[in-house]
Amino acid sequence: MESEKMATEITPKGYVNFFEESHGLKSWIFTHDHKRIALLYFYGVVGFFLMGVVLGLLMKFEMITPGETIMKPQTYNSLFTLHGVIMVFLFIIPAVPAIFGNFFLPILIGADDVAFPKLNLLSWYLYVIGGIMALSTLILGDGPPDTGWTFYAPYSVKTGTNVIMAVMAAFVLGFSSILTGLNFIVTMHRMRAPGMDWMKMPLFPWALYATSWVQVLATPIIGITLLMVVAERVLGVGFFDPSIGGDPVLYQHLFWIYSHPAVYIMILPAMGLISEMIPVFVKKSIFGYKAIVYSSLAIAFVGYFVWGHHMFTSGMSGQARVVFSILTFLVAIPSGVKVFNWVATMFKGSIDLQTPLLYCMAFIFLFMIGGFTGLVVGALSADVHVHDTYFVVAHFHYVMFGGTGFAFIGALHYWYPKMFGRMYNKKVANIGFGVLFTGFNILYFPMFILGIQGMPRRYYDYLPEYSTWHKVSTMGSWVVAIGLIIIIANLVKAYRKGEPATGNVWGGITLEWETKSPPPLLNFDKPPTVTHGPYDYSILNK
Amino acid sequence: MEATVHATGHVAHRDDEGKRMGMWLFLFTEVLLFGGLFIVYAAYRFINPEDFHTGSQHLDWVIGAINTVILLTSSLTVALSISAIQSGNTKKAKILLYLTLAFALAFLVNKYFEWGGKIHHGLFPGMEEFKHLTHGESLFFVLYFFMTGLHGLHIIAGGIFIGFILYYINKGEVTSESYTLHENAGLYWHLVDVIWIYLFPLFYLII
Repeated sequence: MESEKMATEITPKGYVNFFEESHGLKSWIFTHDHKRIALLYFYGVVGFFLMGVVLGLLMKFEMITPGETIMKPQTYNSLFTLHGVIMVFLFIIPAVPAIFGNFFLPILIGADDVAFPKLNLLSWYLYVIGGIMALSTLILGDGPPDTGWTFYAPYSVKTGTNVIMAVMAAFVLGFSSILTGLNFIVTMHRMRAPGMDWMKMPLFPWALYATSWVQVLATPIIGITLLMVVAERVLGVGFFDPSIGGDPVLYQHLFWIYSHPAVYIMILPAMGLISEMIPVFVKKSIFGYKAIVYSSLAIAFVGYFVWGHHMFTSGMSGQARVVFSILTFLVAIPSGVKVFNWVATMFKGSIDLQTPLLYCMAFIFLFMIGGFTGLVVGALSADVHVHDTYFVVAHFHYVMFGGTGFAFIGALHYWYPKMFGRMYNKKVANIGFGVLFTGFNILYFPMFILGIQGMPRRYYDYLPEYSTWHKVSTMGSWVVAIGLIIIIANLVKAYRKGEPATGNVWGGITLEWETKSPPPLLNFDKPPTVTHGPYDYSILNK
Repeated sequence: MEATVHATGHVAHRDDEGKRMGMWLFLFTEVLLFGGLFIVYAAYRFINPEDFHTGSQHLDWVIGAINTVILLTSSLTVALSISAIQSGNTKKAKILLYLTLAFALAFLVNKYFEWGGKIHHGLFPGMEEFKHLTHGESLFFVLYFFMTGLHGLHIIAGGIFIGFILYYINKGEVTSESYTLHENAGLYWHLVDVIWIYLFPLFYLII
């Protein structure tokens, strides 16, 4: 294959990549190029992620001793609210689709851009506006919201803090998310390269396809719900306030009708990344390609019908609770299918233990812990005990940080040479991984124990018997911080001084490895034609 | 499908089918936006069936019916304007779009008087009369103002969309060769119409 041979050579002289195509601020903030928009998202998302991390570290530091350590209770309430809002709406939801989806979806399906490039830029602007609105609550109005990221009524319609701005921020960010999803669906339907039928599409695009449908079909519900909260606060009408006829449980239903599918917006693309990376580092076709495709769609579909499991203790009929519990258990099946497929792919492969594969293995390990504890909280009787405790916090962080977060950092190490054309120091990357993985478990595993013992979430203070595990957890947060610093410093250094990367760094056979690093403006020198399946490594023997 | 070929061999497509697909997906989000409100409506009507009946008595079904006829007719004119542009009759297409805008305006004027009447009687959240309503009745009126208000905003958005189509027809960018944007504006207008078809009986015709 001519194009493959060319791509493995060092970039020829006179080659213009998408960075060099045009220069200046304007060429970035008015760009229609999906790769540049992805990088714009990248800088924004990483910036917000670091803010969320700092807020988290401050919270953990407050919890190192019972009572007041460094802040007042009200500050703590605002911190966990902002930590949640930033991490959920500004980091985890856009992270994988808006960065890696924007950058690699068109390349992976052999297209030169997304279907609606201008709409894509609009999504980024909405993201930035939403982010600024969320942060503005820090200085504008009567202080940042203290409701928790769930904005539960009736407290959210009564608290004096700046809930309206935070809620409108989430509304605008929802719009951004909808437009990205819409764009991706049309892109995949209309722009696949010749020869790439649906069942030859790589698994990351497939995961994005399932995710995009959830983005399009679930996000409007949170939009309208948040507008109702605004109307209730501005007009004093009784949508959710029981003292004037409203029903607060109805708010919880509406909120979770979106927000439960939203956790699949967060995890499904990450699962796609894992499916994309593992075959490359074991040089073997993925085990059960179709099973992974259908399990993504099944998770997206069943994920719509499980929202009630967030409300087992808020007053629902017995029948409804049983149904929601059964449906919740059903979601575990397609998730389990994926885990088996990943492990089976590695079985008897020629494993090349590079940094991205380390992250994949950590993902499987941490996601299993997060997933199984999800069944604990999905079971009615167990949930009554652990509901609203640190157990739930630990479960969520194992799935979201241990799952999506690790997949995100892993994919960053996987595609970094392709995106920036430079290679990082692999040894330092592995050390960073080790520190992060260790710190992660020290930080979050104690929360399972605290939760079982009865430590409630979102509490500023605690009884002395909880203090040991709180201390351990806080120390873990410092290790996580060190790990993140090592990882980021390594990547920043590579950006300036790293070795130039070849077109095909890892020996992958999906389309992004057939073009140069970084890719040209239109992604490929010649529009590609697809002749083999995305993970058909038998072609290497020919 | 038209295609221009770049020097590099890349083909730039004009993908009408893709644009239509994008519009349909956007309409799904609109349906779900109102869907959330219909859930709230259903829940509160189930809890307060009598109060919703009493609330409905305050609305004049004749004005509602007139507005329904206006919107249905405007859907017809927008559809006819699309077939006019397809057959190259730009002038007819423009007249029909202006007619659609006139219907939209008529709808809004009607709505203005209807809302104005309610506000005049103090039946708006925060006003004196409103405080004497039962919980169920106040929920009925809150939903009435919220849902018809949001729908009114959609009428305005649809009107602006149609205004842009008129502008593009004048600029010669919407033609008998290239009318997908016009079709999409029509689709949006039909959606606004369909939502009203549900709002009308749910608020005006409760027995």
